[in-house]
Amino acid sequence: MTCCAPGIEAANELAEQGQSTIDNESLIAASIDLKDGKRQVELAVPAIHCAACMRSIETELSKLEMVENARVNLSTKRVKIIWQPASDSQPVELVSAINKAGYRSMLLEAEDETAQDKTFSQLVRALAVSGFAAMNIMLFSISIWSGADASTRDLFHWISALIAIPTVAFAGQTFFRSAFGAVRHGRMNMDVPITLAVILALGLSVFETLNSGEHAYFDASVTLLFFLLIGRTLDHMMRERARSAVRNLASLAPRGALQRLRDGSHAFIKLNQIEPNMQLDIAAGERIPVDGKIILGESEIDLSLVTGESVPEAVQKDSVLLAGATNISGPITMQVLKPAHESFLARMVSMMEAAEGSRAGYKRIADRAAEIYAPVVHLLALFTFLGWGFLSGDWHHATVTSIAVLIITCPCALALAVPIVHVVAAGRLFEEGMMMRDGAALERLAELDQIAFDKTGTLTQGKPRLVGAIFGDEALTIIGANLARFSQHPFSKALAKPYSNEATIKFSDIKEVAGQGVEARLDGDVWRLGRAAFCAADEKDASGSSRVYLSKNEKHVASFEFEDQMRSEVPTMVSRLHGADLPTMLLSGDRQAPVETVAKHLNIADYRWGLTPEDKLQALQELSDRGKRVLMIGDGINDAPALRAAHVSMAPSSAADVGRNAADFVLTRDQLDQVPFALSLAKRAASAVKQNFGLAIAYNMVAIPLAIAGFATPLTAAIAMSTSSILVTLNALRLRLHGKTRKFEVIPTPVAKAMPAE
Amino acid sequence: MTPLLIIIPVVLLVGVLALFAFMWSLKAGQYEDMDGAAQRILDDTNDKAPPKS
Repeated sequence: MTCCAPGIEAANELAEQGQSTIDNESLIAASIDLKDGKRQVELAVPAIHCAACMRSIETELSKLEMVENARVNLSTKRVKIIWQPASDSQPVELVSAINKAGYRSMLLEAEDETAQDKTFSQLVRALAVSGFAAMNIMLFSISIWSGADASTRDLFHWISALIAIPTVAFAGQTFFRSAFGAVRHGRMNMDVPITLAVILALGLSVFETLNSGEHAYFDASVTLLFFLLIGRTLDHMMRERARSAVRNLASLAPRGALQRLRDGSHAFIKLNQIEPNMQLDIAAGERIPVDGKIILGESEIDLSLVTGESVPEAVQKDSVLLAGATNISGPITMQVLKPAHESFLARMVSMMEAAEGSRAGYKRIADRAAEIYAPVVHLLALFTFLGWGFLSGDWHHATVTSIAVLIITCPCALALAVPIVHVVAAGRLFEEGMMMRDGAALERLAELDQIAFDKTGTLTQGKPRLVGAIFGDEALTIIGANLARFSQHPFSKALAKPYSNEATIKFSDIKEVAGQGVEARLDGDVWRLGRAAFCAADEKDASGSSRVYLSKNEKHVASFEFEDQMRSEVPTMVSRLHGADLPTMLLSGDRQAPVETVAKHLNIADYRWGLTPEDKLQALQELSDRGKRVLMIGDGINDAPALRAAHVSMAPSSAADVGRNAADFVLTRDQLDQVPFALSLAKRAASAVKQNFGLAIAYNMVAIPLAIAGFATPLTAAIAMSTSSILVTLNALRLRLHGKTRKFEVIPTPVAKAMPAE
Repeated sequence: MTPLLIIIPVVLLVGVLALFAFMWSLKAGQYEDMDGAAQRILDDTNDKAPPKS
């Protein structure tokens, strides 16, 4: 990976939004107890990219007395810290040390990684052993083919057998287990013919060796395992990389909350220990952990991830809060109405799990191929056996020939055909800033015929932008912008941003009135910035209004208008999709007016507004009932069930955790302009898979008659199998070039897309 | 035949040694951070071995 590895920019932006608020309690909750009193925690630091970064972080951390060991992993962009908890030190100092080095860090959910690691190291071990065995046995085989005399040949066969038997027993376990599982449930997969071929080839060879036979297939069975393990390992690495990259993006969902006890003191409790009627304190900027209602305080909450509503909602005493929303302006105390597992977020997750879309009936191409292929091959072998047996009466020869048929038809190329294409395509997508969770998603992406978008946070940025002052002059705007610096409200941030380079005006007596606005004094005048009522504006402060008002001495002097800005690349992308004859639709939980504006601007004819998560899910299920294969692109918690129900789904990196986990593809650069590219790559990958199947079948058409006729020797088997595997791999590698010529075309794009290859 | 009897065990022994060397390096975590290792070599002060974990 290079310094400008994709994903960094997006993750940085996430960090800049300051979503991660790590405190002592959540740090300890996310760490693992290492038995000897030490604790270990992993933090994601997305901006690490060079030797100097690693060194400065490690040096800064080692300066802390409690730190036993700190090690940066550049590949995963994480820091692993082992520390000795002591009474005079706070774990949160770890985070501040990384901050001091100049990096933002994010806490990773403590998870049991050993299971994942085990599969991988098992695969690599099997790969190493089978590679070693394949090379040595092949050397013996070459000597035999070159014409060794009978006694040398027998010796070499014996040595080969000694290497091959333990190798097959050790390295073949993955395939044997999977094949056994499939057969036991009455199904067929690629592993069944593989297992049969490997074991029969080995058995036959041992038999031949015992009888000083001329032909032994030790090389075939071990080389076969070696090739197939390469495919499996690459496939596993691809999925693991996507998984760990997605996990790095995880912004902090509340892991717990601050409980207010009867005596007024506070205690941190974990999310799953929250019970109804508890009182929780939520500071400004924090997420609401569970459903509840406000008992004290006023504030505004950002519902963009929960309902798709783009304008923050003012809340006061008795307002109901949904889990997953963000508290923006003031501290509030809430009473818990529902425990975590019944809250909004958990309801979405259970809806997501129950969602059955068109993908439920989807069967991977490789499995479909195996269902036809395996019975055909096994029947052929059986007929060969019976045919030779009855015609020649030589049952030994019949056995040898039919096993040769099985070996030579073993779907080496067939089993490689799909995973290799997926791995190459995933690598290409990764370069372009997309992470693919699973190869099957790529197959489904190639089939789609309808696209559904969410609006807030997907087509739009999900944060307001200043349109301009609709009332009041430039000088007042500057005063307003200066005043806005003292507030955390999204509108205030948007107002302050374009004027951040202006000289600061020195206000005094600044105070923020939660849920209302900011007030400050300047030269004896009282300036207020905020809601209409707060600023004595006579405009009706309609709920959901996207305006902010400025008043001087209780007299309304200026108004500012905001809008949720569309992502800059979206119009081009949507018109490219329309150009490719893909109908689009908009499913939003926002109000009618903003949805209509966006839809009209993008020429999306089919748009719906005010949808609940259930509505979205239903809309998608109706489409899939009509036989449509829908790509859903969405980011919110409310989109998660729909993302799962869609035939295939994507989420931008700014999406809510649950949305990101539900989606098949995650866009790491937080831009949507790669969507058409992903579609064309998926189509290209689908045709590459077909070509590979074609190659494998063409090879079998030549090889099977030879094998049935009894001309297949170990030499022809070895040559035929290796060439077909190599051909299939080379064909898949052509995908790496897909879309690369685009660099030379003159297409005006806002961001340079040419990423260096890894 | 005699040279074969010497050479074959030697060849196999070398192969097995290489296999064990690879297994050891895998277990020692040498493949856990390939990008990091490529960068760390540029850092003169970074001479200590990675911790066993």
